[in-house]
Order: sequence, then C-alpha cells, then structure tokens
Amino acid sequence: MRVGKLPARKARILALRYLGAGVVTLLFLFPVYWLFMISFKTPDEIYHVPPLWIPGQIQFSNYYVLFKDGDVLAILNSLIVAGASSGIAIVLGTLCAYSLARFGTGGENLAMWIISQRMIPPIAVVFPIFLIYVYFGLVDGYFGLILIYTAFNLPYVIWMMRGYIVDVPLELEESALVDGLNRWEVIWKIVFPMVRAGLMATSVFTFVFAWNDFLFALVLTRTEVITFPVMLTHYFGGQSNFWGKIAAMSVLGTLPIFVAVSVMQRYLVRGISLGAVKG
Amino acid sequence: MADVKLSGVHKYYGNVHAVRGVDLTVADGEFAVLVGPSGCGKSTLLRTIAGLEDPDGGAITIGGAVVNDLRPRERNIAMVFQNYALYPYLTVNENIAFGLRARKAPEIEIRKRVSEAADMLGIGNLLQRYPRQLSGGQRQRVAIGRAIVRKADLFLFDEPLSNLDAQLRDEMRTEIKRLHHEITTTMIYVTHDQVEAMTLADRIVLLRDGKIEQQGAPLELFEQPRTGFVAGFLGSPSINLVPATLKTSGGCAAVVFQSGGALTLPSARAKLLTGADGQEVLVGIRPQHFSRAGGGPLRDGVVSYSAVADLIQPTGTRTFTTIKIGGVDAVAELQAHDVSSHGERIDLAIDLNRVVLIDPASGLVIA
Repeated sequence: MRVGKLPARKARILALRYLGAGVVTLLFLFPVYWLFMISFKTPDEIYHVPPLWIPGQIQFSNYYVLFKDGDVLAILNSLIVAGASSGIAIVLGTLCAYSLARFGTGGENLAMWIISQRMIPPIAVVFPIFLIYVYFGLVDGYFGLILIYTAFNLPYVIWMMRGYIVDVPLELEESALVDGLNRWEVIWKIVFPMVRAGLMATSVFTFVFAWNDFLFALVLTRTEVITFPVMLTHYFGGQSNFWGKIAAMSVLGTLPIFVAVSVMQRYLVRGISLGAVKG
Repeated sequence: MADVKLSGVHKYYGNVHAVRGVDLTVADGEFAVLVGPSGCGKSTLLRTIAGLEDPDGGAITIGGAVVNDLRPRERNIAMVFQNYALYPYLTVNENIAFGLRARKAPEIEIRKRVSEAADMLGIGNLLQRYPRQLSGGQRQRVAIGRAIVRKADLFLFDEPLSNLDAQLRDEMRTEIKRLHHEITTTMIYVTHDQVEAMTLADRIVLLRDGKIEQQGAPLELFEQPRTGFVAGFLGSPSINLVPATLKTSGGCAAVVFQSGGALTLPSARAKLLTGADGQEVLVGIRPQHFSRAGGGPLRDGVVSYSAVADLIQPTGTRTFTTIKIGGVDAVAELQAHDVSSHGERIDLAIDLNRVVLIDPASGLVIA
C-alpha cells in the first residue's frame, strides 16, 4: 500500500516544484514584460488606470522618436566603447594571465594584488581620473572611456583567465613546443582553443561591465560620446518623465546583451575541461 | 638518427639539486631506458634533453651538435608523454598530423605519413575520432603515432605506459619494442617500472638521487649489480638481503648468519674475499636462486637448505614462498607445485655462485 502511495506523493512534490518555479519565473520576467509593453504604448495608455496589460495596438512611435532625434547613437557609442574595451582587456589580460600561470611572473602574490585593484570602489577614483583626463584632453572621447573600462576590466580578465589557463594540462603545451610550435603559436593554437569557453564567458562579463557602467560615463563624457545608460537619464525631467522613450531606449539597450548572452550561452554553461584528455 | 651525449649535466629546482653531473652517451639507434625510484631525476633529465628544462651546467649533444641553447622545436626530437597530450579538439588524424603541419610539410606527404603510421599502429579505423572517444591504449597509440610521423632524430618517452592497466601495458610494451626494431631511431625511455626497463632496453641507466648509479645491458645490471641499491631495485620479487658475518680461512669463506647457521661460499667467491674475515655483509639472494632440492648430488657452489614454508603465493607458473633464512623473511621462487601448504618443511638448494655480498656501510657489492 505504501509503495502504491509513493508515486502520487512524488507527483505532488513535483507539481509544487513546478508551481514554485513558475511563480519565480513570472516574478523575474514581469519587469521585462512591462518594459516591452510600455515601449509599445501611447502616453495615454501608459498612464491609464487601471494599468493596461496589453496596449490597444502595437505602435513604434517611441522607437521612431529615438531614431529621429539621433538618441539611438548612444547605443552605438556603448557598443563601440564596450566592444573595444572588452576586446583589448581580453587580449592583454589573457597574455598577462598566461605569463602569471606559466612563468610564475611576479611570484605568488602578484595575481592577488592585481585582483585587489578590481575591488577599489569606482567612486573613490572617478574624480582624480576626471582631473587627469581633463589635463590630457581625454574627456568626452571614445579613447578615454575605452581606456578606463579596459583598466577596470583587466584585473578581472587576468584573474579569471589565469584560473582557466592553469587548468590546461601543461603536457599539451610542451608536446606542441616539441612538435614545432613557438610560444606564441602555442598560445594561439593550443591555449586559446582549450580555454575558449572561459574566454567567451569572461568576454561577456567584461562587455556587460562596460555596457552597464553609468558612473564613469556620466563623469567622463559631455555631449560627444554619451553612452546608453547616461542617455536614459536625459529622459527623467524635473516636470515629467518620458516613460515611452525610457522604455524604448531600455529595450534597445537590453537587446545587445540579450544577443551576446544567447550566442555565448553554450560556452557560458560548458566547463572548460570538457573533452580534455587526462589520465 | 642521432647519438646523444650528456656531459656533466646539472639541474637545480631552487635548493633541490635534481640532476647531479650526469655523463651519459646513448649510441645511434640505441634504446636506452632511464629508470629509478620517484624523485631520482630521470624525468628531469629527459625533459632537459628535450629542451623543456634548461640545464644549469654541462652540455647536451644530439647528433654531434650542442643543443643547450636550442629550443625544443629546433632539436628535431619527438616526445611521448605520460598523459598522452592529445589535443582534445582535434581528431586522431589531425593529432597525428599536428607536428608535420607545424613544420609546414606538404599535404601529400602528411597524408602519406599519417596513413603509414596509422597502419603501423593498427589505428587506421580511428582517424576520424576524437581523443575522448578512444580507450587508454588507443590514445597512447595515437600519441606514439604523432611521434613517429615526424621521423625525428630522437624519440623520448616519459613514462608512457604508467596510465594503462597491466594487460594493456604488456601489450604496448611489445608494441614499442617492435616499433624500435622497425624504425631503429635512437630512443630514450623513462620509467619507474623495472620490468619495462628490463624488457625494453638495450641499455638500462639506473638513476638514484640525480646521479647514475649504474648503467649497462639489462642482464648485466641484474646479474652483476655494483651496489646494493641496484641489486634491490632490479628483480621482482626483490632480492633478499640477509645480514651475516664473513669468515675466511685458508682459501675458504663462509657467511655466518647473525641468528645462527652458515653457508659455505664457492671457492671462486672465496678467492675474492681474502682479508675480509670478520666483515659484516648483506647476503643478496635472489628469489630465483632458490630451487627445490631434488635429492641428487648438488652442483658446485649450490648448497642445501631446509626451511619451513610460511606464506605461499602461487602465480600459476611459479610459486613465491616466504621462508626464514638467517633470521629474516626471504622469498623463494619455486616451481608451481614445489610447495603446497603453509608450515610444510621443504628442502631447498641455494645457488651461491650467483649471490652477491654487499658491504652494508658503503652499499657497494664486494663479491
């Protein structure tokens, strides 16, 4: 009798689990849903009481305004700044990480010292950096932002990539050195493919950091290189907030991250040692 | 093809003196096996020859040219590693061709050599698989294939069989031996397994604490060890070392065990021991030097010894029996049915022509 009851009990537990998962998923997805809905609403619909779950008709006027006024260039600026800074940080950081992992550069403590740089609160350094940027004429340009994001991402990349590289069996590299590759070729042909998943995951995180940064972009830019988070703040007014534009801009700002994470997902979830041949 | 010469090679890791002035010559086409216990410096020495470690002193010559300052890829060597070192994201075919592609060999040549190597190693049907789809033995075959396609001057093997199970290890050992007969390239092989060393080597180089303890043909080291360490390292089961005192008088010599009892040494041995009366020695008797006494007359130098069988370990073809001799446990290797039960009294013959006498103070073999 007891054996017969077990499946029913298991089924109840399973149903409860699904219910819990469903509730949590709805809770997390609701803000995203609401954001998309607002971006398609007219001002009347946005302020409608009670709130409208679905707009009367999908209309793109909020997006149209962003394109017409050129505000959408902020997305392009963010793409350039985040893309370039994370690319540079990944290349430089991986080389540094290789040096730390394989040649023991800087002894045992350098890696820890490097990651400690990442722990500095940005607000503590943003004004000294602003003064330096003013002195060197770097304010309100791509180069200045790319430089600061690269500097802030490098410790993270070095720390993460060092861990991934240490996991690559040394024999693979030594075998390649004997087989005829030089050190640069070993890094390119052996280490990079072996740490590809880690490299992709780290790239996504560095890109997201630069993409989401508000503080540096706010302080170090004026009118020329406004990034997407700073542009958003322009729609919050003293008298009123332009919710339609805020929502449309937020959707546009979310899409690149959504695409990046979707494309990289299989690397993000895959461990780097998958497929490695060990004893 | 090339000979290899090491002169006074040293290697330090911090304060650890891993290789201590090794002089070694491996002739063209020779199969040399570096063997020794863990930490004796054998792998370090091999890696130094490969160029993966820089020597801290001495010279390494391959094919007449000093290679100390050459990078690994400039030494024209091929190396097989313990963990196979196969690239997991490349197929077997691409793994084997890797070294040739790295050296920009023509595609036609690459295809020809990969196919030859695959045929030689019986892995022709695995070429499109990935390493993770292969068994341990197949992976090691691929690793060997990757080395042989290179047609290098020198092959280095760093404990290539230690990850394989016993049966596969026997199989691969035969394979490597056959391979050496076919391609006759100079090979240097590192192992801690003395059976591998004995069966594969033209010459065994036995290392201890970063120095060469003794080198020579396998049977030479086995039968004429220069030190107690060599005698103890080679042979399975290990040599029995029984403490005793030498008694010599008038051209005769005997070993007197501290727990009582004595064995008279053959006259040829006794001649070497004049003036050694009263010296403490370790009598090294290999398990194979025991046999069941048949009751007939014994050969010169063979003495009878009566013992009680303690532990009995049949292996099928032979039976290892633990007995007491000179107060210590010793293993005698007898024929399968020579002894049947624990506590059985057996009459043994010991071939004293082949035992070694070791000075316990210096560790040197004195006769």
